[in-house]
Amino acid sequence: MGKTISEKILSAHSGRDACAGDIVIAELDFMMAQDGTAPLSIRSFEGMEGTAVAHPERAAFFIDHSAPSPLRAVSDLHDLMRAFASKYGFELSDVGEGVCHQVMLDRGHALPGGLVIGADSHTCTYGAVNAFSTGVGSTDLAAGLLSGSLWFRVPETMKVTVSGALRPGVFAKDIALMMVGDITADGATYHALEIGGETISAMELDGRMTISNLAVEMGAKAGLMEADDKTLAFFRGRTDAALKPVSPDPDAKYIEVVEFDVSDLVPQVASPHTVDNVGAVGEVEGTPVAEGLIGTCTNGRPDDLRVAARIVEGGKVAPGVRLIVAPASREVMLRALAEGLIEVFVEAGAVVVPPGCACCVGTHQGVPGDGENVISTANRNFKGRMGNPEAFIYLASPATVAASCLEGRITDPRRHFD
Amino acid sequence: MVIKGKAHRFSDDVNTDYIISGRYKFKTLDMNELGRHVMEDLDPGFHARLEKGDFLVAGKNFGCGSSREQAPLALKAAGVAAVLAESFARIYFRNSINNGLPALVCDTSQIADGDQLEIDLESGTISDVASGATVESSPLSGVMVDILSEGGLVEYIKKHGGLVTE
Repeated sequence: MGKTISEKILSAHSGRDACAGDIVIAELDFMMAQDGTAPLSIRSFEGMEGTAVAHPERAAFFIDHSAPSPLRAVSDLHDLMRAFASKYGFELSDVGEGVCHQVMLDRGHALPGGLVIGADSHTCTYGAVNAFSTGVGSTDLAAGLLSGSLWFRVPETMKVTVSGALRPGVFAKDIALMMVGDITADGATYHALEIGGETISAMELDGRMTISNLAVEMGAKAGLMEADDKTLAFFRGRTDAALKPVSPDPDAKYIEVVEFDVSDLVPQVASPHTVDNVGAVGEVEGTPVAEGLIGTCTNGRPDDLRVAARIVEGGKVAPGVRLIVAPASREVMLRALAEGLIEVFVEAGAVVVPPGCACCVGTHQGVPGDGENVISTANRNFKGRMGNPEAFIYLASPATVAASCLEGRITDPRRHFD
Repeated sequence: MVIKGKAHRFSDDVNTDYIISGRYKFKTLDMNELGRHVMEDLDPGFHARLEKGDFLVAGKNFGCGSSREQAPLALKAAGVAAVLAESFARIYFRNSINNGLPALVCDTSQIADGDQLEIDLESGTISDVASGATVESSPLSGVMVDILSEGGLVEYIKKHGGLVTE
């Protein structure tokens, strides 16, 4: 019987003929945790009486969610991570290196056909480069560090096909939000997604990563795409490993097939307080905003910064609005500097913060005030997500966030693309 | 083992940010401290009403969102003895079992806020004392039963030295 990408990757890593529904123990190619989850992994590892990390060359810790540290207590947890990584001889990506998911991709830690776990729910981002990657908790991660493997239930797969050319001013984020709105917050729970079609093929990797990043917002375990020439080109200079992309068999069995035509798609916005509360930008146009965020593991990549810079260039952020820009990694920051994008943001009155998660998860660098509306390129708009349960978070593309911050209210970005 | 306690009703899509907010969880590994803030953004009075041994009863997709294991740990530290829901988000579900906090998938539609419940953890049968109704929860996979019966994944690994197949 034909196999899906998930079934093939989990078969190859477990040495079994794995089919959806099976439980397998599979060898991991890479595992990581960040500063919100690693300290608890350390505690679990010690509780398991671990004395060695099975494959130090396959592990990394990332200090990105509260970086640089805003508090003494957080600094202590960061030090705990540094000491543990040093003791067991694995990589520690420190303050300023960037968001774990972007650095994982920048450094070639998540490869086509690979199996990766991360103690962060948006680990599904690497599905865009054909890796079966999924979020786990700290204790599962600790078990991975200790043994080099983990148990998985082989997921059923939902096939998502996207066709049609995007109109000017409409981007990968709009497709991702539309999908979450349609499939809903639990519509893909326990399933892997295989996302493809002509629109995905035409899309650059930055956009594909945005879409795979939001797979977990539909409950999915993975958001897989097939590798193509663009994928292989991305890894040039990033890894010496032989790349082994995995494609589904033509007769692979899918639990559901969903098709989207995006030819007429308009910019999308997810309104408070759930990611699947999605509508056309026109439904919320004019809503005043006090803060904008461009960045995060969803939309902090070069293509995102380029489109946002193009919109704000020569303009000014509206009075009373804070536009926070956070490149996803040091590599992205350097490229944005080289292309003059950072200068454009600063000239326009934006606040550029270090590579990392910025204010996405409410720990620092832009906690909104009571009653304020935020428009953000991040992936979650839960009440309290950015550190204040009295604030309201709207999610949109970098173009929509940039256009909205110039006006001081939610704005359709298409006027900048006429 | 039969456990008894009071039901605290919640709706669908209770995310892990609601269970324990990021503004607390990045600061400490003290779960008793985090336990004082569980469900705070959704229901600020929740912790004050919660008694040790009580149950959370929710709709679908409980525990969606972030992978934070502090969610089940803080619930457990606060005194929650089990969570009952129509469905769970997958990372939360693993985390809950890995930490020995029972997560029961069942029809929760007939359970009202404040109902006294009796749960037989071995059979998975839930009895509502007030209405007399009983519901059966879906069985766990074999590996999860093994982990839960050891009291969590840390104890399991300590005992077996790693994951073992059936």
